[in-house]
Order: sequence, then C-alpha cells, then structure tokens
Amino acid sequence: MSAKKETLGKTVGVVVAVCLVCSIIVSGAAVGLRELQQTNAALDKQSNILTAAGLLSEVKTKEDIAIVYDAKVEERFVNLETGEYVANPAEGEGKPYDMYGRVSKAAATSTKIEGSPAGFSRRANIANIYLIKDESGSVTRIILPVHGSGLWDLMYGFLALDADGQTIRELIYYQHKETPGLGGEIQNPDWQKKWDGKQLFNNGSVAIEVNKGDNKDDLYAVDALSGATLTSNGVENSLQFWAGENGFGAYLKKQSWKS
Amino acid sequence: MADTKEMKKALFGPILDSNPIALHILGICSALAITTKLETALVMSLALTAVCAFSNLFISLIRNHIPSSVRIIIQMTIIASLVIVVDQILKAYSYEISKQLSVFVGLIITNCIVMGRAEAYAMKSPPGMSFLDGLGNGLGYSFVLIIIGTIKELAGFGTLLGFEILPLVTNGGWYQGNGLLILPFSSFFLIGGLIWFIRTIRPEQVEPKE
Repeated sequence: MSAKKETLGKTVGVVVAVCLVCSIIVSGAAVGLRELQQTNAALDKQSNILTAAGLLSEVKTKEDIAIVYDAKVEERFVNLETGEYVANPAEGEGKPYDMYGRVSKAAATSTKIEGSPAGFSRRANIANIYLIKDESGSVTRIILPVHGSGLWDLMYGFLALDADGQTIRELIYYQHKETPGLGGEIQNPDWQKKWDGKQLFNNGSVAIEVNKGDNKDDLYAVDALSGATLTSNGVENSLQFWAGENGFGAYLKKQSWKS
Repeated sequence: MADTKEMKKALFGPILDSNPIALHILGICSALAITTKLETALVMSLALTAVCAFSNLFISLIRNHIPSSVRIIIQMTIIASLVIVVDQILKAYSYEISKQLSVFVGLIITNCIVMGRAEAYAMKSPPGMSFLDGLGNGLGYSFVLIIIGTIKELAGFGTLLGFEILPLVTNGGWYQGNGLLILPFSSFFLIGGLIWFIRTIRPEQVEPKE
C-alpha cells in the first residue's frame, strides 16, 4: 500500500478505466445475445397464447409451439374505437406490430386516456388480438391482450374469452414485475383456474371484480390474492378498462368474429 | 505460486470447513427464495459460482491499482457487470429458468458472499488463488443450495428436476406433498438443521459461549 496510490488523478483514472472496460463487456453481451433473446421472447409469447387458448396440451416439444400456433391461431387487428377489423398496420415493415411499443406513444396512432385507473395514459388505437379456430374454421376462443399497472410496474397478459364474447376461460400474465410469492401469484395455476367460467359483463355493463372472499358461486367476482391487494386491484382495473368502452368494449359488442 | 495444499484448501475448504452459508451465514436471502425447485437452485448456484470466481479473479488482477478510497465502488462495478452478463446469457440460453429466477439473478450483485470474498480475499491475494477461492465459495454456496433444493422439491412436489419420484395423491399416487416445504421460509428450518449437522461433525465451528 504505497502512499502514491491515492493521488486524485490516479483515482479518477482507475475509475474511468474500470467503467470503460465494464461497459464494453456489458454492451457486448447485450448486443451479441439480443437476437437469441428476441427469438426466445417471441416463442414465449406464442406459447402464452397457446396456454390462453387451452391448446398447450397439444404441444410436446419446443418445435411444436410454432406448428400448433400456425395451424390454430389467427392474428387479427382491431380498431378499438369502432370495434372493426383493420389491416395489419405494420404491413411491409418487416417487424411485427407491437401495440405496446412506439405505436402506443405517438399521437397519430394512439389515444389519450383521461383518468384511467389502469395506470397508463395512452393506448394504441389498433390492438392485435388472436382468434382460435377449430377444424371447421369457426372461432372457439378470442384472446385479447390486456395490460395495466400492478404494484411495481405494468403487467402484461392475455384474456381468453369464449365465442360468446363474455365468458372468461383464462387470464394469463406473461410479463410482470410483481413480488415473487405475493403479487407474483397471478401466475399461479391455481389462481388462474379461478377465472374459468366467470362473466365479463352483466346485462351489457362491465361487471368483473377481484375482491376478498371465496366467490366460488359468484359469476362476476374472483378471489383476490392474499398479501397482494395492490396487484389484485391492478388486475381488476386493467380488466375493467379493457372490457370497457376505451378498451375492447366496442369490439366485444359488435362480435365481428361471428361473421 | 501457492502449493497444492493451499490451493486445495482455497477450493474445498468453503464446502464444509468454512461454508459461506453455514458458517458465515451469508447469502441467506437467495438461499431461501430459489430453492423450491432443484433446477432453479442449480442454475442459481452456477450463476453465483461463475460471478464469484470471476469477480475475485478480476479484482485480484487489478488489486494493486485500486485506490482504497473507492475500492468498494470498483468492486461493485465489476461484480455488477458480471451479473448483467450472466443475466443476459441466461435470457438467451435458458429463458424459462431466467423468468423463474427473475430478480434473484440481479440480486447476486448484493449477495454478501461475492462482495465479502472480494473484500476479504481478492484484495490481498494473487489472481490464481483468488479465482480458486471464489470458485470454492461458489461451491460452498452450491452445496447448501443443492441439498436444500433436493429436500424441498422431493418433499414438496415429489419430483426431482421435474421427474416424478414420489407419485402425488393428486396424480393418482400415494404421496401427499408437503405444502410447508414449498414455501420459501421453510429453508430456515432446513438451513438450521444443516448448520446443526455440520457443527456436530465439525465441533470447532461452534462459537464460544458469551
């Protein structure tokens, strides 16, 4: 330990050098592995859609995911205001349409939401939804993307509805930052099962709730997660938003998938 | 260069004689949280061992140039960079597990074992020995995690690495899964039991009465 080591110049020099080397390593790893990570994320999204569709039992290997997905799932684009189908807004751009990406922030492609309890101030005008079809080509399930803020950050998930447009089959969250063991339990299969058969609407108005209690016989309520009140509230808020008129309300009323 | 005996001590000593979890009671948080399944415990062990070994190596390489006034920050920078690299690799090559480990890979940065070895050993020792010491402490951590993970997954789910060992009642078998052992805090009992066991066969680890 020599005394020379402590000059200001040397201290700053060492710090800068260490930071430089570390940042090169970190960014190298991030850039070098990005493609693999994106493939993984895309595959993960497809497998989540299949889970929401109740088709995951048909998937045996990783390769099956893309095969089953291509055979049964059809991606459509919905104008949320009118509830009508539109063409793929990202046609010819080489990248899949991402309703959570830049589209949801630009003024031309998104709408400002006043006082939304779901925790975001703008949403994209066009949403990509997924229709699940059987062999004869008729729609058996509709999978809607839903998102809203939980305790820590936005939670992204899929809501699977029956062809009647109001019976819930699955609610799958695939990306969130909730506390593992508490809010993270939104991914617990036992809790996910509780959504099966619940009704989104009662006499045309949004009725679904997440509250305390068993709610086994209540068609419009699901038992909240214990120890995760804010997460449970977030789930309720995002579902009520997306089922409402600012979300998929118009689309679900029109039932365009039937024609 | 140190002799073989010393190298062995640096590498294998931390497994039983000076285990970072059992003797120093470091790194308990992650040991509680990610040992529910053996698979996550294994991946976490690998990640921590790699980070601990390489952070020790790099810190030891530049130990004579680190100004002591900012040494902790420099150690943290190096450890954090390694953790990010590990996290990126996990996301690329084992996405499912990286999702399950979620925040805990990032939390290796604050794992006392890594920081403790960097400060206590790598700052004073040559790179080769520091690398072995990091590897050894990683192995010590892994040793505890694998034992706890095995017990918890076997008793809680009746499986090991996802393969069914004890068929559960819910799947038509005879074994009733132990719900308590699925919960993170049950590791407290298990780690406590392990410490008791280690101190029974190594009585010199017992602290003197105050």
